[in-house]
Amino acid sequence: MYDTIIIGAGMSGLAAGIRLAHFNQRVCILERHYTIGGLNSFYRLGGRDYDVGLHAVTNFTPKGAKKGPLARLLRQLRFKWEDFALAPQIGSTIAFPDVQLHFGNGLEVLEAEIAAKFPAQKDAFQRLLAKIIDYDDLNEHNFGGSTRDVLAETISDPLLVEMLLCPLMWYGNAREHDMDFGQFCIMFRSILMEGFARPFTGVRLILKNLVRRFRSLGGELKLRSGVERIKVKDGKAIGVALDNGEELEGRRILSSAGLVETIRLCEDITEVDGQQAGQMSFTESISILDKPPKQLGFDRTIVFYNDSPAFHWQKPTDALCDMRTGVICSPNNYMYDESDGDLPDGVIRITSIADSDRWMALPEDEYKLEKLRWYDRTIASAVRFIPDFRGHVIETDMFTPNTIRRFTWHDNGAVYGAPEKRLDGTTHLPNLFLCGTDQGFVGIIGSIVSGISIANQHCLRD
Amino acid sequence: MSPADIRDEILNILEDIAPDEDLGDLKDEVAFREQLELDSMDFLDIVMELRKRHRVQVPEEDYGQLASMQSTVTYLTPLMKDLQKA
Repeated sequence: MYDTIIIGAGMSGLAAGIRLAHFNQRVCILERHYTIGGLNSFYRLGGRDYDVGLHAVTNFTPKGAKKGPLARLLRQLRFKWEDFALAPQIGSTIAFPDVQLHFGNGLEVLEAEIAAKFPAQKDAFQRLLAKIIDYDDLNEHNFGGSTRDVLAETISDPLLVEMLLCPLMWYGNAREHDMDFGQFCIMFRSILMEGFARPFTGVRLILKNLVRRFRSLGGELKLRSGVERIKVKDGKAIGVALDNGEELEGRRILSSAGLVETIRLCEDITEVDGQQAGQMSFTESISILDKPPKQLGFDRTIVFYNDSPAFHWQKPTDALCDMRTGVICSPNNYMYDESDGDLPDGVIRITSIADSDRWMALPEDEYKLEKLRWYDRTIASAVRFIPDFRGHVIETDMFTPNTIRRFTWHDNGAVYGAPEKRLDGTTHLPNLFLCGTDQGFVGIIGSIVSGISIANQHCLRD
Repeated sequence: MSPADIRDEILNILEDIAPDEDLGDLKDEVAFREQLELDSMDFLDIVMELRKRHRVQVPEEDYGQLASMQSTVTYLTPLMKDLQKA
């Protein structure tokens, strides 16, 4: 009998597992895939290491900072700042036709950019900042509400509104078109007020630290152990049955599988409204270059581009991908320690919005062909905003909503989960709880904090 | 454990929870919150560590007693006086 069974060995599940095992609970983490990490996993292909979801660790604060999610999670998990070996970004850009806004870690660069490029909006931007700082992320009652409404009543230049929404929607908005104002504030703080960083060796460093700690505290981790159903008796969860027929008993269950996905597992529920699942899924086009991007004149860490004054955040309506907007990231363009040198290869990754239904319906041979076709289109779209690197590509890889589903098991390969968040992590069963994406936190640091806070609220108080 | 032992133990826990804090200048009569960057999650950790290390249960309605070092030691003295120092 386990004290807590955790479904999913992503960031949130591992973090929750560490908290519970640290306080002497008997904990087992079950992972359907053959590897850990969920969306933030990693893989090896053709002798090279790749990250799945990671462009940047958001919420970066420097060593010694005592406030903010990164400082909080280090204390809660008893890690040292150095354990995550985070190197800060060089600088990033929001690129629209004719206007670019650069930003770095902390607000300084962005404020100067807005003053220079949108001088009439300088004071309005300060009023927006005041609203964002006032937002209390621990009070879940003010999470909802339209971000577009708040922005429209604060900032009178629609182009600046779109340019602010672009990076924040890209990095964490599960809802199409608009964004919950609470989610906007969380993303604004994590990206524009705190910032981007990356460990030199990528996400595997963070995952390996989490797993090593979890195991050293006596936690059990079972890979290739998909949960077939959550067993329910007398209105309570009593354990899980695995795909391989094995059954495990637990006093409570903490699931990072997503809200719809978790409820569907419960044997007391016969019908689930799949419409609640998220729609926003992506392709990722990865190019390995014969030299570092800086030598090709590209020194930005992340570029969020959009090719018209209006930013459209929605599932593509008539094609496999939407070529109007994208995110370009170079893992080379971080301020790594001199002792680390540069990464072994130049890398440019580009994310596009994708229609998961269309991708998943493709027969195998067409799927391969469409990957090649959309890789080419994606790069062609991106080089309108950065130096053309196409003559330097020595290897490519592309992953699609199908890949994301394999790693996350989210319906539709929805990267940021369902639009309706379950902030308090509760479900219809008194001892079944949610952590991870559908509990309202996104990003690596957000996911870890999600696992910690749900473990604290629901699994440690008896 | 004597009140002095309990104080040492609380310091020990605080060092674990907030390794970057300088605890040398901690004023016993001033609230932790005013001297250290501790949030509600950290306060829960003091309670949890007491339970883990010494099997001392602090019920939720008593969390307010742990506001400062002085009040914490006063509150814990009767609960921990029969425990052996580790």
